[in-house]
Amino acid sequence: MIPLKYNIQNLKARSVSTLMSIFGIGIVIAVMLSMMALYNGVLRATTTSGSKDSMMVLREGAQAEVSSWVTKEAYRIIRALPGIQKDDKGQPLVSPEIVIAFKIPKKDDPKGANVVVRGITPNAFALRPYVKLVQGRMFRPATNEVIVARRIRERFKNTDLGDTFKFGPQTWNVVGVFDAAGTAFASEIWADVDYLGEARKRSAYSSLLIQPADHAAFESIKAAIKNDNRLKLQVKTEYQYYVDQVNGLLGIVILVFIVTLFMVAAAVLATMNTMFTAVSSRKRELATMRAIGFKRRAIVGAMIIESAFVAFLGGVMGILLALPVNLISTGTVNWQTFSEVAFNFRVDQVVASIGIVLAVISGVLGGLIPAISAARMPITRALREI
Amino acid sequence: MEVLVRIENVKKIYRRDEFDVPVLNGVSVDVGRGDFLALMGPSGSGKTTLLNLIAGIDRPTGGRILVEEKEISRFSETQLASWRARHVGFIFQLYNLIPVLNAFENVELPLLLTKLSRKERREHVNTALNIVGLGDRMFHYPRQLSGGQEQRVAIARAIVTDPTIIVADEPTGDLDARNAEEVLNLLQRLNDEFQKTIIMVTHDPKAAQHARRTLHLEKGMLVEMLTGAGMEAMSARAEA
Repeated sequence: MIPLKYNIQNLKARSVSTLMSIFGIGIVIAVMLSMMALYNGVLRATTTSGSKDSMMVLREGAQAEVSSWVTKEAYRIIRALPGIQKDDKGQPLVSPEIVIAFKIPKKDDPKGANVVVRGITPNAFALRPYVKLVQGRMFRPATNEVIVARRIRERFKNTDLGDTFKFGPQTWNVVGVFDAAGTAFASEIWADVDYLGEARKRSAYSSLLIQPADHAAFESIKAAIKNDNRLKLQVKTEYQYYVDQVNGLLGIVILVFIVTLFMVAAAVLATMNTMFTAVSSRKRELATMRAIGFKRRAIVGAMIIESAFVAFLGGVMGILLALPVNLISTGTVNWQTFSEVAFNFRVDQVVASIGIVLAVISGVLGGLIPAISAARMPITRALREI
Repeated sequence: MEVLVRIENVKKIYRRDEFDVPVLNGVSVDVGRGDFLALMGPSGSGKTTLLNLIAGIDRPTGGRILVEEKEISRFSETQLASWRARHVGFIFQLYNLIPVLNAFENVELPLLLTKLSRKERREHVNTALNIVGLGDRMFHYPRQLSGGQEQRVAIARAIVTDPTIIVADEPTGDLDARNAEEVLNLLQRLNDEFQKTIIMVTHDPKAAQHARRTLHLEKGMLVEMLTGAGMEAMSARAEA
């Protein structure tokens, strides 16, 4: 085997071109990782929001909660269906909720952005155990008190503990802050469902969230709702609801992904170019090594290791360049609810490993053809190269 | 003298575009073990081609080459590579040291193809570098050495595996007279003291004087045989 020192010394000997390759691959990988971090963040914010066990009830044809309504009559019918999990007081675990998007000013943008206000009952917490009050206290029922997600408080004006803000003619008092573990609820304000409904003159709920007793109950409740012609409601798992929400953003992500793919192809070609230059300036010494007895595969191996090593460093560089975007909280408009979805860029271990793996793959691919061409050259001819 | 290399009616034709260019037109010669043979002849006479064929980095178009009774002209590419690693030491006109490796590492390179331990390799490299008188330049890089020193490192690399044959292609072609003399004396010493079989291509008659015998090639044919001390080594077959 050709010693690794040979490769490392050669990379040092052409340090400018090596550094340029590392940066080039690094930038491509950084862009790609940022895209993946974005995708990762959006995905996490939405798909982790939904439980696969809970059922979401919406108006037939409604894409999102804001454009859905479920009458109080329907709520009463559904609440009475058999198979719904009961809480410790024997009451069915159904959470009727009102979802309204409204605009409030942001700290960095006085024009503001849409935020979801969700009217809830205590069942909302029972069905979403990961939502936890971290500061202040729970709102009292039938009052204008609200609790806000941690990230809402960071990004919007007048939403800190003790603050009041206006929504419609009413003033609302912030009495608590909750953490929603990075889910879609991390972009919401929660209030009492009845008070919110009256204040906003809503006679219907937006959605119901149901906890079925088991999977069989899930199917029977679903069938009961579908078959009741009075209701005209659709049922899906809460998880599916949020997956469907991502689809609005998915197109952009796919587009960016295709662009990134072209960038990776460019990285491969750039590596190939660098390696062709590297190989052609070393024809004579590679031929010498073959004359001495190193086999073709040893030469191919050495060249690929060299190329992959540069690409690996490029991958590491890419991660370093992409790290600053990690956990940057940002928002994007969800086109189906027109409300702001807050999420983090997440450069996690998976994203970082994918970056390294892709970098090394592009290094191997880029090094392959030059390496083979170096090993195929007749020794006697290559020995005459200066 | 025992026959080490047997060359039987070897032909080599290169294809250049659509033309066949004959380089060797049926060369037969034997090289004995412990011989020091100089191959001379004008440019294009085929001397380097013959050397490359003996060294196993090229294959003849016709004829047979046997080294220690093994027909290397029938070896596959991979077999040849392993064979060269064990049996051939190379010395080139432009030294062909690996610029990014120091003298020690350059000499160690062929040993990486053996099963020797790191310690054994170090001992072999030390011995080889001491034979060529560069024991004190072990960690110098090629660019820190003079041409003569570089060629002596290359010679150390050629002998470190204790090969069956040492092939040298114009080993003094790039050196001044003093350094050339030094390198030739070294080769002669390897032949005299260590009984190394050496085949050397040169166009310099003074260099050829260091050999035991000299073969002249012209237009791909052996034209005459001038010999020094090695006259008796000529076989009847080679003469024919």
